Amino acid sequence: MAKGEIVLGCLAPHPPHVVYAENPEQNEAFSEGGWETLRWGYNRLARKLKTIDYDAMVIFTPHWQTYIGTHFLGLPEFKSKSVDPVFPNIFRFNYDISVDVELAEKMCAVAGETGIITKMMRNPDFRIDYGTITSCHMLNPEWDKPLVTISSNRNAHYYSPEVMNEQAGALGKACAKAIEDSGKKVVLISSHSLSHRHFVTESPLPEDMSREHIYNHSQYVWDMKLVDMMRGGKMREVIDIMPEYTEQTIAETEAGGLTWMMSAMGYPDYPAEIYGYQSVIGTGNLIAAWDPMEATREIVL
Amino acid sequence: MTEPDILFGVYCPPHPQPLLSPEASEGYGKLRDAYDTCRKRIEDSDADLILVYSTTWPSIIGHQIQAHPEPEWVHVDDDFHYLGSMPYKFRMDVEFAQSFRDAAESRGLQSRTVAYDGFPIDTGSVVALKLLNPENRIPACIVSSNMYANRAETIVLGKSARDAIQQQGKKAVVVVVSSLSNRMFTEHIDPAEDRIHSAKDDEWNRKILEFFGDGRLEDLSQLSREIHGQIRVQKVVAYKPAWWMSATMGQHNNYTGEVLAYEALHGSGGAVVMLTPSSETVGDKEFDEDDVEHYHGDRGVLDKGAL
Ligand SMILES: [Fe+2]
Repeated sequence: MAKGEIVLGCLAPHPPHVVYAENPEQNEAFSEGGWETLRWGYNRLARKLKTIDYDAMVIFTPHWQTYIGTHFLGLPEFKSKSVDPVFPNIFRFNYDISVDVELAEKMCAVAGETGIITKMMRNPDFRIDYGTITSCHMLNPEWDKPLVTISSNRNAHYYSPEVMNEQAGALGKACAKAIEDSGKKVVLISSHSLSHRHFVTESPLPEDMSREHIYNHSQYVWDMKLVDMMRGGKMREVIDIMPEYTEQTIAETEAGGLTWMMSAMGYPDYPAEIYGYQSVIGTGNLIAAWDPMEATREIVL
Repeated sequence: MTEPDILFGVYCPPHPQPLLSPEASEGYGKLRDAYDTCRKRIEDSDADLILVYSTTWPSIIGHQIQAHPEPEWVHVDDDFHYLGSMPYKFRMDVEFAQSFRDAAESRGLQSRTVAYDGFPIDTGSVVALKLLNPENRIPACIVSSNMYANRAETIVLGKSARDAIQQQGKKAVVVVVSSLSNRMFTEHIDPAEDRIHSAKDDEWNRKILEFFGDGRLEDLSQLSREIHGQIRVQKVVAYKPAWWMSATMGQHNNYTGEVLAYEALHGSGGAVVMLTPSSETVGDKEFDEDDVEHYHGDRGVLDKGAL
């Protein structure tokens, strides 16, 4: 069997607003659009994904929060409705997803062997979080690939962002090994915003773009610093400053997604593809991808 | 204007073990027994509203209030999914929810009701309502805990709840769903060997329970920042439940407190406490920071404390 490999890594923010703005038939709420910079960026990355041969998507989500280890979805199918607890007015999504249980079990086992606390999630009533759904829908609106969701262990809360970085890095390495052993071609998804301070009020029409802007300039400057480093292929450095960045901007990187993905991909030293940056309810959201194949790597924006 | 009719308050933990696996350890069983005692007290009272403030329902856009008349779902906890599912169907007091929202808005807060099929009611609220009000005999209301809210906002939210209870002429039982110390073990454990995560957490929990036992709710409210720094995992900006509970029930220490159980829940401090407004202990407890509406000059601390 040929070795498995990671064929693409995607930073895919999940404000449910972007799904709401697309008006897919699965979502009950109706919008007049909004957040085009992000949506068009997502559309372009989704087109790139169509050109790539892969077996499964593996997604790390901040909205399945676990305190007792890292958990993996462990049943082949989940079909239900996901309602965002924070923005129920815009996100009530009927989903029907398939899971690559074999790959999930492999990652769970390899992570367990390296000393990481793990658990398979096998309760059929379990509801899929809106982070998973938003990122996966925007990257693959056809939903024609199985996925694996990995929960985010909240060690930044329990210990510190430094500990988060260490543990997410170890999990990334273990997942990469499991993927290699599986013989599968996998797309990794790190589902989160960058800076993450929200406005606590919402305009009467959430998609009113005259009201949308970053929470404050400091958040923006930090986000741009990260984007510059990503363009420059400095992912090791990005992960090194992750604790400071996370604390300064209360970034959603606190869940460990970016560290996990970069560790699994060996801390790329090649430029990231940048697909778009826009604020959603004050938070900073970047869509980016890391393509290990030089021949297909693009300068997008 | 008459005082709002708050019959008593319940402080209880959010974790699902007392509901799903009370037999797994002696401690979980004791917590379940304590819930059952509260349930009977509620049944024996003439309450017509159960108002829940849940720390496991975080919100961002202001303060969300559940207003679906009959929310129904099968809930599964993010961590404890292997303990089983929690099917629920509750009865909500929609009119009260709307009145609470209006009261919050008129005190300057951002607030909204939510009424969507399939809205994910949080583990803490599900556990509390299923154990305290299993037959839905009494309509309920649930309010979220805003991630960014700090003391002023939380106290005003409590005062808004009080306004609404008064305006609606309800006889309310106030339920706060929160751990004491909230650090869990980060490994899977044998429930029979569950214990409080550290001696420090245990000591602080016992100190808090001493205050609860003495009915010193406003004192606990004043201690919130200290409690947050000492024994709360820094998930949110502050330990808010005592602020809200005191502002809702009345910001004083004049309560009869009963600690019905205190046990570990995967390392966190789980306590079931009842607080009943009292008129028998006037003036024998002091508190150092009054909630001032109008300045009336200096006062002796023992002059205050009556309802
Ligand atoms: Fe998020």
